[in-house]
Amino acid sequence: MSSSIERTPAAAGTDRRTFLQRVALTGVALGPGVAFLASCATGGDDDGDDNASQAPTGDVSDDNPLGIPTDQPLEIVIFDGGFGDEYATELHEPMFSERWPDITIEHRAAVDIGAELQPRFVAGDPPDFVNNSGDGQMDTATLVADGLLYDLSPLFDAPSWDDPDVTVRDSLLPGTIESGTFNGTPYVFNYAFTVFGTWYNKTLMDENGWPVPTTWQEMMDVCADIAATGIAPWVYQGLTAPRYMNWPILSMAAKLAGPEVLIAIDNLEEGAWSHEAVKESAAAIRQLAENSYFLPGVEGMEFRDAQGLWARGQAVFCPSGSWLENEEADAIAENPTFELAMMPDPLLSPDSVMPLETVRATAGEPYVIPADAKNPLAAMEYMRVMLSMDGARGFSERVTSLTSVAGASDGVQIDAPGLASAQAALQAAGDNVVNWFYPSWYPTMENPGIDQNTAALLRAEITVDQWSEQNETVAATTRDDDSIVKQTRES
Amino acid sequence: MRHGKYPFILAFLLPPVGIYAIYMLSPYVQAIYISMTDWSGFTSSQTFIGFDNYVEMWHDDQLRTALRNNVILVLVVPVLTLLLGLFFASMLNVGGRKRGGAVTGVRGAPVYKIVYFFPQVLSVAIIGIVFKYVFAPENAGGILNRVLGAVGLGGLQQLWLAEPNYLIWIVVLVMTWSFVGFYVVLFSAAMQSIPRDIYEAALLDGSSRLTTFRKITVPLVWDTVQVGWVYMAIQAMDAFATVHIMIGINGGVQGAGDVLGTAMYREAFAEADFGYAAAIGVLMLVLTMLVAIVFMRGLRRERVELA
Repeated sequence: MSSSIERTPAAAGTDRRTFLQRVALTGVALGPGVAFLASCATGGDDDGDDNASQAPTGDVSDDNPLGIPTDQPLEIVIFDGGFGDEYATELHEPMFSERWPDITIEHRAAVDIGAELQPRFVAGDPPDFVNNSGDGQMDTATLVADGLLYDLSPLFDAPSWDDPDVTVRDSLLPGTIESGTFNGTPYVFNYAFTVFGTWYNKTLMDENGWPVPTTWQEMMDVCADIAATGIAPWVYQGLTAPRYMNWPILSMAAKLAGPEVLIAIDNLEEGAWSHEAVKESAAAIRQLAENSYFLPGVEGMEFRDAQGLWARGQAVFCPSGSWLENEEADAIAENPTFELAMMPDPLLSPDSVMPLETVRATAGEPYVIPADAKNPLAAMEYMRVMLSMDGARGFSERVTSLTSVAGASDGVQIDAPGLASAQAALQAAGDNVVNWFYPSWYPTMENPGIDQNTAALLRAEITVDQWSEQNETVAATTRDDDSIVKQTRES
Repeated sequence: MRHGKYPFILAFLLPPVGIYAIYMLSPYVQAIYISMTDWSGFTSSQTFIGFDNYVEMWHDDQLRTALRNNVILVLVVPVLTLLLGLFFASMLNVGGRKRGGAVTGVRGAPVYKIVYFFPQVLSVAIIGIVFKYVFAPENAGGILNRVLGAVGLGGLQQLWLAEPNYLIWIVVLVMTWSFVGFYVVLFSAAMQSIPRDIYEAALLDGSSRLTTFRKITVPLVWDTVQVGWVYMAIQAMDAFATVHIMIGINGGVQGAGDVLGTAMYREAFAEADFGYAAAIGVLMLVLTMLVAIVFMRGLRRERVELA
């Protein structure tokens, strides 16, 4: 308390010494903060936009077609989700290290990719290789638009790991590179291959002698038989994802009128959603609601609950992709006699343009290389390892999934009956494989946009005309939003 | 000591003020700046676009739904919670009537006190998931529909979460349920400090329970009510976790259960539009401050000093 007694006007004055003391103290308190502010979100600045030219390189040779530096470390980040990360640590990384013993692999597994890596993108210090997947997936279209991804063309033009006469491009299933191409440039490498279709309870169908429907009329007949036994014919992903029903709608429309229908939708063309084939397909699906063929209450359910009831025999048909078997493994394991199988969506008319065997299939599970990566060439070499026969076959065996490498799953004994049926369907389809891209190009157009309209259609609250008009509105909103970078495709 | 006074004061003031400025004020200022850019959240620089995001907000129908829902939450949740909280607290503390006129709680009050606090112990995530199944369809484990069926009210069964009109009211119900326990405890503590002789005097004068509650209990715990009210209104402005977990990040069927918090999250992490998300954040900041000021002013009453 002595200071209050001693307070005099002189105390308010500043001599050199106290001034310096104050400055010093201020510096101590604010110093680290100032440094922090300089590196925070709004304090940064772009440091050169094309780092590709600064990336370290090595000598190009037959053994090293990408010309990677042989002594620089490589940092890879794997999404630790449905596939785990052992396929990387126990398969691909050892393969890579065997060829390139002087490259140290820094392996990291992450569950929330976005939360871990977004700050590193902002700071311009991303890892070399990212498995951009899961709930925390960073929006690819935005990464591309912001110029943050590395062009993967050199990888696809390089000779494949196993055969120098075949390029990586030619060793892949059709549609693989396209699924990761944005306005002509491949930025994303999709590894796992997913087949979409209608999944059915094979045990129930066989027991009751119900035929697998090949036309929509047969589907309605089978549904009537099923409903008569008190079992629900159909289930869908309820409250969570009514958009899964867009898949049969669009697949059947493409079979009816050809894949051009899907191209128009992807290109956001006016009238794409009111195409007669799309409407006819939607009308067919709406019949399921009109005839009460959906599991009662499904429109108020979580998707896992709905799929679980399906796997427990309360419904027969369910739209999904080939992950369904893994996703519902617990429910499936409860009943050893339960067997599921996939069928291609039925034909709406005998004069359909595409054959019944046509399936929707696409490469998924995306891997990218950031534009600011320190060692992008080595990351591409790592992708080449993944795309080798041994790498792809090992992946299929470990995680029960097909890969986008042509022929890699031939001879792999697939024990899971669902996946085996999907593989058979894919082989039967041959070149008749369709896909659409608008959900990955414009995620918010699909969800919540069209998702909400389809939800109403499936409850028969709106007519098919209203559904297609509302979808047109959603597409127009995306088309007219200048902040969304547009993609197009011709085939 | 004269020469050392300022360094001494500074030494104590600067670290906390500095930390506050860096970790509290600077993010606010940055958020306001980001709201005037078209930042995607991934790049290290931003383009300044002025008030475009705010203009866009004005024309955004989904945001209007979210705003309307937040208004409902701010108006209804605190009122319901306070009424229930005050009622339960007064029953637990002064509601009982014993022969001999002693002022106590109703029979079993100690048990109720603990039971009411249960929801407060559960994390919001658990509450969200539990209530998802309370309102689920019967064949997917829906508790409410099953109970309605069991007591012969099957006609009232609904697909609760599939009905756009119910969504926000379900959120109101769940938030109130999860808040009440805490306010019962808070008000109980305030009521414990009211001298018993005041109640005894009221009893002697023949005051009914309702009159005692209105004329004695409420005025004497009003300070606590006011604090609780403001605090709860701020919580109701948020509601992010409850909505996200229980009815989904898109705000459920037709987005009818949307709130500003989920709208902001979607813009930032689904649409990669941090600029617009920051603009929604600034809107929430302004609204929260307005709500706090209005409630503080509007509820100001003469303070009663207890003995």
